[in-house]
Amino acid sequence: MLDVQTWTYIIVGLTFTLYIGIAVWSRASSTKEFYVAGGGVSPLCNGLATAADWMSAASFISMAGLISFDGLDGARYLMGWTGGYVLLALLLAPYLRKFGKFTVPDFIGDRYYSNNARVVALFCAIFVSFTYVVGQMGGVGLVFSRFLGVSANTGIMIGMTIVFAYAMFGGMKGITYTQVAQYCVLIFAFMVPAIFISLLMTGNPIPLLGFGSELVDGSGYLLDRLDGLSEDLGFATYTDGSKSTIDMFFITAALMFGTAGLPHVIIRFFTVPSVKDARKSAFYALFFIVILYTAAPAVAAFARTNLITSVSNVAYVDLPDWFKAWENAGLIAWVDKNEDGKVQYLGKGRGGGKAITSSKAVAQIIEGKPARGKHGQILVTPDTINTANINELEVNRDIMVLANPEIAKLPNWIIALVAAGGLAAALSTAAGLLLVISTSISHDLLKRTLMPDISEKKELMFARISIFVAILLAGYSTTLNLGFVGQVVAFAFGLAASSFFPAILLGIFSKRMNREGAVAGMVVGIFFTASYIIYWKFVALPIDNNAANWFLGISPEGIGTVGMLINLAVSLLICRLTPAPPEAVQKIVSEIRIPRGAGEATHQ
Amino acid sequence: MDNKQALTETERHQKYWRANVKILSLLLTIWFVVSFGCSILFVKQLNQFQVAGFKVGFWFAQQGSMIIFVLLIVAYIILMNKLDKKYDVDEK
Repeated sequence: MLDVQTWTYIIVGLTFTLYIGIAVWSRASSTKEFYVAGGGVSPLCNGLATAADWMSAASFISMAGLISFDGLDGARYLMGWTGGYVLLALLLAPYLRKFGKFTVPDFIGDRYYSNNARVVALFCAIFVSFTYVVGQMGGVGLVFSRFLGVSANTGIMIGMTIVFAYAMFGGMKGITYTQVAQYCVLIFAFMVPAIFISLLMTGNPIPLLGFGSELVDGSGYLLDRLDGLSEDLGFATYTDGSKSTIDMFFITAALMFGTAGLPHVIIRFFTVPSVKDARKSAFYALFFIVILYTAAPAVAAFARTNLITSVSNVAYVDLPDWFKAWENAGLIAWVDKNEDGKVQYLGKGRGGGKAITSSKAVAQIIEGKPARGKHGQILVTPDTINTANINELEVNRDIMVLANPEIAKLPNWIIALVAAGGLAAALSTAAGLLLVISTSISHDLLKRTLMPDISEKKELMFARISIFVAILLAGYSTTLNLGFVGQVVAFAFGLAASSFFPAILLGIFSKRMNREGAVAGMVVGIFFTASYIIYWKFVALPIDNNAANWFLGISPEGIGTVGMLINLAVSLLICRLTPAPPEAVQKIVSEIRIPRGAGEATHQ
Repeated sequence: MDNKQALTETERHQKYWRANVKILSLLLTIWFVVSFGCSILFVKQLNQFQVAGFKVGFWFAQQGSMIIFVLLIVAYIILMNKLDKKYDVDEK
């Protein structure tokens, strides 16, 4: 039997070979191919690609973990990251496809007859996409460091090289078809363990049904059992959650509206042949996404139940191997606060809280190796031990998906598959984001603003150079370590919700909306949202960053919704006070509302 | 003769757009009720009911809402295809 690491090298190696193969096959030779894959992607393929593009390291690795710890509150991610597709399908995709340009700044620049608007939009696109891609590379680093035995930074470099290879050569064409392959890998990688675990624990192989089933060990319904376990240990009841209603409302809304405003998702709808196909493609995308998203909360509940029953009150020496492995990676820490040799895992209701004060466990190093305690556990540095409570266990949420197959004692090749799936998810999203950054520079900034006479060949060359530079910057920024993969991504949403979504929505649904209104709205929206987030995350003390001090009790993750409303209000107000758009533009708006006559996605 | 036809086309397009917006309003209302309504604003009330292994509010929040989202897009496609044909604006 091969060990996990060998299996991981094999499976990851195979998938990487597949991606490069597709890249070679789909070399882009024109800007049309580089930007919109030639405009001929079938709705089914586009749906698969969009789903892979969408499901990033956050969906694959972090989300189930976040739900696992947050219970009901985890629904903000589930609904937030799917609900936006309804908005896209109904309010944006078909009309943008009829509009027929290449990029989001294209739409903004042409609809609002202003190069200033185009430039504001392209900087917003770069900012949002860059924030997002850094989170992805973080996920790549995490998977590499745990499964392939290399440092996170080396992993990031390997990941960057792979993306560079197929994105640079194939552009949107290469990226689209690679994403189709990546979807297949990631869905298989996510569902196989999910099905196994569901079968093991409830006898039902379909995770979304197993979720509501009784446990095979006779202890009743899974969720009832989990509620019971949570309460016994002093955690919030799993099915009740603990976040305030207002914060849940605003965070979920920020994620939904942000989804509909993310450039790398919107551009996917420019690659299909017609308006009807754009609608169909939105259906396929959400369908393929929801396959994973209905399995994830089941996986979360299984993982949480398994974690608690495997470690709570168990002597350290008796803990399973997976615990020690993740401990070595610094993602689980045990501090024997009461010196009884057993793991006490407790929530606030029983005197618990964060066991350590640092976000990642910091081991005491003696002679280059981590110091070990009486029972063999890794000792954390004394100043990071949180003596204010009696909880002894700290578990990094990002590992719940990755560790779950190990916890359920699944065979090694499945564990390796999960690693390959996580990488597929992260790389597919990273590629889509890097393409947006690249097209913003080569098409929106250079071709349409600064150097309109640039030849197609030159434009293509700049597109490739920008991807290269963007990859390097993203990789470097990732090494600076900015927080949970999932939460870094949540900020990009707030920014997209407060800048793009209102501007595009009003552009389609209001003929009167003019450039002054749109630009004012975008600038104010993003400025407000960014300031609020930066203040609470970087300026204020972490101890002050809580509901008592937030505006109306709304967290930085939810402020994007407020930013969006401010954008709408400012846009509508300024629009009243300034001239209406020219007739020609109003005519364009009328035309995009009619499906017939959709041409191929154009360059000019 | 031409003038009358042009007016009819614009009127037709305007009627189409209004019907389009009506469909959107209906579907988005359902979207809102299922996600923000059942899963956030009224989740605690709905959690008092349990069907098989699921508390109802929790089920909407972590499963039902997403399934309904997919169905909403299906409904949208069916309704819009019909509408496009009715107003003769469909792509040939």
